Amino acid sequence: MSADATANSAAVRRSRAATAGFHLGAGALSVLWLLPIALVLVTSLRSFDDIAAHGLGSRPHSFTLSNFGQAWTDGGQQQALINSLLVTVPCVLVTLALAAMAAFALSRYELPFRRSLLLLMLGGNLLPPQILLIPVSKLSEVMGVYDTLPALIGVQIGFGVGFYVFVLHGFMRSIPVEIQQAAVVDGAGPWQIFRRIILPLTRPALAALSALSFTWIFNDLLWAITVLRSDSKMPITAALIGLQGQYVSMWNVIAAGSVIAAAPTVAVFLRFQRHFVAGLNLGAVK
Amino acid sequence: MAVLTAPERRSPARPPVSGRRARGPRRTPPLVLAFVLVPLLAEALWVFWPALQGFYLALTKWDGVSPPQFVGLDNFREMAHDDVFRSAAGHTVLWLVLFGGLSAVLGLAAALLLQQERRGVGFYRAALFLPVVFSLVATALVWQAIYQPDGVLNRLLDTVGLGSLRHAWLADQDTALYAVIVPALWRQIGYVMVLYLAGLKGIDPVLYEAAKVDGASALQRFRHVTLPQLRGVNAVVLSVIVIDSLRSFDVVWSLTRGGPYHSSELLSTYMYSTAFQSLRLGYGSALAVVIFVLAFGVIASYLVRAFREAD
Repeated sequence: MSADATANSAAVRRSRAATAGFHLGAGALSVLWLLPIALVLVTSLRSFDDIAAHGLGSRPHSFTLSNFGQAWTDGGQQQALINSLLVTVPCVLVTLALAAMAAFALSRYELPFRRSLLLLMLGGNLLPPQILLIPVSKLSEVMGVYDTLPALIGVQIGFGVGFYVFVLHGFMRSIPVEIQQAAVVDGAGPWQIFRRIILPLTRPALAALSALSFTWIFNDLLWAITVLRSDSKMPITAALIGLQGQYVSMWNVIAAGSVIAAAPTVAVFLRFQRHFVAGLNLGAVK
Repeated sequence: MAVLTAPERRSPARPPVSGRRARGPRRTPPLVLAFVLVPLLAEALWVFWPALQGFYLALTKWDGVSPPQFVGLDNFREMAHDDVFRSAAGHTVLWLVLFGGLSAVLGLAAALLLQQERRGVGFYRAALFLPVVFSLVATALVWQAIYQPDGVLNRLLDTVGLGSLRHAWLADQDTALYAVIVPALWRQIGYVMVLYLAGLKGIDPVLYEAAKVDGASALQRFRHVTLPQLRGVNAVVLSVIVIDSLRSFDVVWSLTRGGPYHSSELLSTYMYSTAFQSLRLGYGSALAVVIFVLAFGVIASYLVRAFREAD
């Protein structure tokens, strides 16, 4: 009896120690990970004089919100954020709509070469973008859209769509055939099957991919600086690099700009965290 | 999740019926054809056609104004004597090994730690994952501030008595490349962790129980149960790492532009500056072809797996 009790309390003690060890380790790791974020938040709230006098790495001696105003208006972040949203929102909607259509056709109909088409589309997305940069920039010149937002929207859609087709195809394939056959018997055409049956069943995957593609497109730099030139057209990522050049060593403004640039994707992440993680696993290619 | 875990297990035992299974009417309705063709054309316009041009341009000399001049393999011959190219290629390999290797190992370690369903684990996972949603540009600027001569890193070294290590981390040729890898890792580890977390979740707990009954130690269970079961995920992580490494551009471009004196130059940044700053579009295309060739093995093997999986 007493031997049993000591063994029991030893087990309890061991599991308590394991819990403490876990929280200590995981907690330390999280703090280490969040430290740079805390740092940029603190820096964005300090005044320039404070940083100049005490150094960037010192503890803060001031508090101001004016850096955000400076980055927002003088630094052109407002326009840049609008540009980013003007590109990102249509891109997400159109890409997913096109991808869902193609995935529907390829997964639910006996098209010739459907497997090769699927792989061709995925393969295009896996190409290193570098091989496309020069031709794409020339192509947008030829088409008369160089240095306009439609060029950026076009290339983002064209480059992204193959990947989403592949993921959605995998998802739609698992929807039972019987559901579709029942609809065919009832006289439903492809459009109705797509719109009323397959699309609603694909909602979870679409939600996951929306969260994911929003951040990818919003965070892109390379395509933007390839097809755009004017500062007034640049999205937030490129504008942030501009800010870095405009406010050399004014770290308070640069930090405020970084916070502004990161805020939308962080908001999407916090709001749709589950979709987000699910999306990453759906799309384990990127 | 399906894409992630399915390929290894499901592909060999695919019933032959599936190919002949009547999924819809025999004759394809025109609308369905349009559903495929519209996206395909969009991709053809912005990806396939430019890619073909890219390969052709690699065989030319072109300033972007006058018509491209065909020069055969001259661009590739030039690379053999181009010191910047050679160091950029070396850095790219180093980047692949350090950035790729460390993010895989540390991502797996983080996943092993945070796979336990304990109270508060959601917060820890979110903390590690949060940087993944930042753009690489924002990430770079955060770390640039940390690396400044009067920044936190140097201040920290002072405080712990290692003041002699104080450094202009990004301005020194010996440290610039490593200083750029750290922020890239900070952002990548959370991503790899999420992939491994899903993989670990897919392992049947019965396997661990059986191993425990057989007297296997924790290390043996990891070596003989966890690792073999993660084979599918490992393949995905490897593809992710190689493709991401070769694509890495934003973080280097925002932090150092490949400098100082090309000491943090990668093939991707060298390609960009050659093409769009030196306006040597032919040579830039040839550099892009080199990047493509390096990525090709991984892309091809990924497509083969995807092909098998796509019934």
